[in-house]
Amino acid sequence: MRELFETTIERIFSDLISPALIHQCAEGAWAAELWNTLEAAEMTWAAVPEALGGAGATWEETYTLVRAAGTHAVPAPFADTLLANWLLGRAGLQPEKGPVAIAAHSNLIYAGGLASGQLDKVPWGRQLKRIVAMVAGEDPQLVVLDRANAAQVVTRTNLAGEPRDTISFDRAPVIHAAPLTTGSHPEDLLLHGAMLRSAQMAGALQSLLQMTARYATERVQFGKPIGHFQVIQQQIAVLAEHTACSLLAAEAAFAESASDVARLPIMAAKICAGEAASIGAAIAHAVHGAIGFTDEHSLHLKTRRLWAWRAEYGSQSYWSQRLGQSVCNSGSRALWPMLTQPATPRGSTVTEILS
Amino acid sequence: MMLTQLRYSRIPPAAEALRREVRSFLDVEVRDLPAVRRADSWMGFDAAFSGRLGARGWIGMTVPKRYGGAQASAFARYVVIEELLAAGAPVSAHWFADRQSAPMLLRFGTEAQKERLLPAICRGESFFCIGMSEPGSGSDLASIITRARRDGDRWILNGRKIWTTNAHRSHFMITLVRTQEKNAERHRGMSQFIVDLSRPGITVRPIRDLTGDEQFNEVVLENVELADSDLVGVEGQGWEQVTAELAYERSGPERILSCMALVNTLIDSVGRSPDALQASELGRIAARLFTLRNMSIAVTAQLQSGENPAVAAACVKDLGVTLEQEIPEIAQAIYDMEPSSEGSDHAKVLAHLTQLAPSFSLRGGTREILRGIIARSLELR
Repeated sequence: MRELFETTIERIFSDLISPALIHQCAEGAWAAELWNTLEAAEMTWAAVPEALGGAGATWEETYTLVRAAGTHAVPAPFADTLLANWLLGRAGLQPEKGPVAIAAHSNLIYAGGLASGQLDKVPWGRQLKRIVAMVAGEDPQLVVLDRANAAQVVTRTNLAGEPRDTISFDRAPVIHAAPLTTGSHPEDLLLHGAMLRSAQMAGALQSLLQMTARYATERVQFGKPIGHFQVIQQQIAVLAEHTACSLLAAEAAFAESASDVARLPIMAAKICAGEAASIGAAIAHAVHGAIGFTDEHSLHLKTRRLWAWRAEYGSQSYWSQRLGQSVCNSGSRALWPMLTQPATPRGSTVTEILS
Repeated sequence: MMLTQLRYSRIPPAAEALRREVRSFLDVEVRDLPAVRRADSWMGFDAAFSGRLGARGWIGMTVPKRYGGAQASAFARYVVIEELLAAGAPVSAHWFADRQSAPMLLRFGTEAQKERLLPAICRGESFFCIGMSEPGSGSDLASIITRARRDGDRWILNGRKIWTTNAHRSHFMITLVRTQEKNAERHRGMSQFIVDLSRPGITVRPIRDLTGDEQFNEVVLENVELADSDLVGVEGQGWEQVTAELAYERSGPERILSCMALVNTLIDSVGRSPDALQASELGRIAARLFTLRNMSIAVTAQLQSGENPAVAAACVKDLGVTLEQEIPEIAQAIYDMEPSSEGSDHAKVLAHLTQLAPSFSLRGGTREILRGIIARSLELR
């Protein structure tokens, strides 16, 4: 299924996404044709169980879709919708038609079929039909809210101009609710979000590498393409190394996440993607020179997303500290067994150390 | 193959099943090994230990049974060697034979060479070193001038090799030499020979390194007589053979785990209540170890399926040794401890690895050479 996904999504994104569309969407437009095409091709339901009408793809297979969303800087909540629909399917709830996203940052209270509270940094919140959130507490629940019932929507954006809205609900009806599956945790939404962003970042880095290598063979200075200079070659090689590293780290995070999140692989992927973003974006800009610093050039469509995404769903420093705290708590003798513990059938590695 | 096409792979359960057995063996074997000796990693030499490992069938694991090997997968070998390295076991004696010489002989050697050399390698009794660099040829390996001249049915070898790790305590050296005059095609005309280091005309002179240890050597070759049966592979194809061999040398866990002993003493020194900087740096080290190991396993999967992973191997080595070299610096930055050969375990390991670290990005190809290989795969050169 992975290969089929890869060719289908590449065709859709290559045909329908242009720098102009990305700019229009940053100004508030909705990419209707793109979205309708994705839905018609059943891409937004890729990870939904077959019994509920989806393709029943595993995260290992869905990885290529999310990576491609990063490579093409998709100006719509495609990756977010994939995840939200998967969460609904896992909870036995009907997935949604239309854009839907998770709210990983919320203080939602749920009682008597009504929900109140504030959801922060909701991807494309203003455009969503439904929002999936978790309610913490003794009886944690997955709840679905209708955006139309929001008391207030404050539009905000991330560094790259992508909508990250603050949405408040005041005794709003809950459309669906289901108890969290055994073993899952309210923080899982954060980990799931980190998993998505790690693959999108790896995809964006892949695009940066391609653009930068091409530019180095086209741009002539001192009588030859700048890529003929060893000093440029060595920098682009480092960009390639970190791109390969972030790709493999993200693929591992997806492959090891089945019905539960794979905590260590996701933390590692987000940490490595963050580092790769810092190093990779700097190299891409250095090689492109002044033209890459212009609004007109499309380089910043990738680099600004990398700078935004590395901070979303837990930054490098957040996850590094979390992981480092666990490492210290467990002592040196636990480190190597933790790093080498093979995946369990449930796909959750090192839960006993990192939970 | 493009670097970005590297695919995530898992160690198969059959290979994974070995891990417990190796750990039990090592629990006893390295129990009393001081931390600073564990920090030697794959530079720690103990011929008796290699013999015990060979008796277990854990050397030359991928070698077919008819040559004394275990006929196991590349993944089985991976599990064994990463456990050895993580525990700081002294693997140096058999290391180069296991990693490079045995696969090279399997691929390019004659039937007679395999029968003659492989069983003793697998028993952990026959040690190899690799003679590549020369006083005038470091990164520019194709500029070597050590020469084997044909003389009837013999070859006469003259020249000198340098930085040859373990030459003073190995039985054989596999060496790259010229067998033809250098011409316009500088990568042509080289060949590989197996040199029995007990032959007349060979002088091995250990070179003391900055830590005070003697690991590497200068090997002077004066009219050393070799037989046709000492030639490995095809005369004139030495460059291609060496290039294939380097993929084995560059992608393994030894390019990630050289500072594991220090990571361990650092964690124990910091204790259970790290401050934010300590937690952040140790978390980052764990994340990178985890991911680089997955990259290394992905390259092993390529080796296992017969692909040529030269570019991916260069990537793993460059990223891996970058982390290895960062670790002593991070240790110094986040925990106040004077490196000392007379202090605590942590102080000793820090002293040793701080000094050893510069060699990590030199041995097996410098970072500039590795990045050049990656740049070529991107069609920049």
